[in-house]
Amino acid sequence: MPRLLQRTLLFAAFLCAAVAARAQLTIDIVGGAGTTIPISIVPFDADAGGPAAVSSVVAADLARSGLFKLVDGSMASPRPVSASQVRTGDWRARGADAVAVGSVRAMPDGRVDVRFDLVDAVKQQTIASQSYLIASNQRRATAHKIADVIYEKLTGDKGVFSTKITYVVKRGTRYELQVADADGFNAQSVLASNEPIMSPAWSPDGSRIAYVSFDQKKPIVVVQNLAQGTTKVMAQYRGNNSAPAWSPDGRWLAVALSKDGLTQIYRVPATGGQAERLTDSSGIDTQPNYSPDGQWIVFTSDRGGSPQVYKMPAGGGAPQRLTFDGSYNVGPRYSPDGKSIAYVQREGGRYRIASMELATGQVQVLTDGTLDDSPTYAPNGKMVLYEASVGGRGQLAAVSGDGRVRQRLTSAAGDVQDPAWGPLPTN
Amino acid sequence: MKKLALYLMIAVAAAACASHEQRTEPQVTDRSSGVNTPSTTQGSNTLSPTNPNAGVTGNELHSGVLAKRSVYFDFDSNAVKDEYRGLVQAHSRYLNDHRDQRIRIEGNCDERGSREYNLALGQRRAEAVKKTMTVLGVSDGRIETVSYGEEKPVAQGHDEAAWQQNRRADIKYRGE
Repeated sequence: MPRLLQRTLLFAAFLCAAVAARAQLTIDIVGGAGTTIPISIVPFDADAGGPAAVSSVVAADLARSGLFKLVDGSMASPRPVSASQVRTGDWRARGADAVAVGSVRAMPDGRVDVRFDLVDAVKQQTIASQSYLIASNQRRATAHKIADVIYEKLTGDKGVFSTKITYVVKRGTRYELQVADADGFNAQSVLASNEPIMSPAWSPDGSRIAYVSFDQKKPIVVVQNLAQGTTKVMAQYRGNNSAPAWSPDGRWLAVALSKDGLTQIYRVPATGGQAERLTDSSGIDTQPNYSPDGQWIVFTSDRGGSPQVYKMPAGGGAPQRLTFDGSYNVGPRYSPDGKSIAYVQREGGRYRIASMELATGQVQVLTDGTLDDSPTYAPNGKMVLYEASVGGRGQLAAVSGDGRVRQRLTSAAGDVQDPAWGPLPTN
Repeated sequence: MKKLALYLMIAVAAAACASHEQRTEPQVTDRSSGVNTPSTTQGSNTLSPTNPNAGVTGNELHSGVLAKRSVYFDFDSNAVKDEYRGLVQAHSRYLNDHRDQRIRIEGNCDERGSREYNLALGQRRAEAVKKTMTVLGVSDGRIETVSYGEEKPVAQGHDEAAWQQNRRADIKYRGE
């Protein structure tokens, strides 16, 4: 299927399947990076006013990354609309190293023509120039694409502003699996239940989400196709069925099953089929996660007496212990480059997110909460999204991979749990 | 024992009536025991004259020690404490007397820690209760152990008073 059609269907499905989104997430940055890139996002010509303006969404995206300092460009007169009108000396004087300018024009057929240029004020060069002819309801999505271009040009890393996140919202006894833009907007409910929903995991192509359902009064693993809304039971064995993780090639789902006694790790073909056992310990083995190259699985095991992080070959085999500090290190997730893992560690009764550089074993505690859980890397590896319990209520929070920038994503209603950051959109 | 048997027959008679009324409903397949379990008991229930579990309500499972269904645990522990031995023994005896009855043991945890690991810890608590029962002669295939982890706390607070109520394994008879 052509990608555009696939995406259009996906979007349409979100709109159709949507229960009105009530849990808008808002974001506050509670920390700051050491160095930031000063940039001015000049209000785009003929743009809408207020926070919904394309240029406002671009500015908010960049600010949220913690890597940029916004320089106010609204007072520039005359206001530049394209690169040729940017007088770099003036912008250097205002303290901006880069300037983004653009326009948003409604076309007679109802579509919108969005153009933008990015100018390096130091080198006095135009470093990006793009135009987009879009449907009028695609302004936010286009703003995220522009922010991605700016982010990548100025930092060298892929932007993640056009990605999706999923998470579970709990209100009383009502559970919803929601999918939202990475900035928390456009939250859509893809599943609602009066029983718990746990551990959502995106398929590598972003078309499906595996999760744990309790609709059968016990945990089973289900995969839901987002565009079609169809579901398929992947593991419903005797006992518990949980902790789904996709192999990077999308062929396998690693799962934790208790069908043979205590919880152990198995894999099932993503097309459905029999579970094949991968671990064989006398303790608990759970929370599998594949390395990005598909060669390894990291997981939690308490075979040594306390729960620790281990890794093993993806097809099963001799495990190797990775964590040694403390008596509780669980729930590992590989970074997208495969060089680090993020996991939950307990120290002094506090549960926090830590990361370990695998080559050196160097551990860094990234968060300072009391009950942090479920770390999930942004697909560019620069941020870790996680669940933070604040006053007994789950909230989403994010921290930069180096621990220096922290954000909290607050929801108006309910407990927000178990986030999972989706893949980069495929172009 | 004779007295118990008498009660049981009354209960069975009542339950049988109830079950006949229910038979007009479409049959729902019980998938709760998974794919690997022999499923012979499901069909034989309707034929057995001493079927105690055709309808659970109103029988002796809801009085005396059998009405007690919860085993509580210490933090980070799955040891069945001595104070719950009597409870587990009573249910084991009941199961040994009612060979076509089956149970599910549901483990639970307090909210501290990682959700998925807590799910596995809850299952281990359920497994610990099951092990005690199998030692007392209840066959393995009649007990399914599952877990709700930290997902279904009975106490909603965020302190030890709430947590100790949530570190728990519940015994549920089929149909409950």
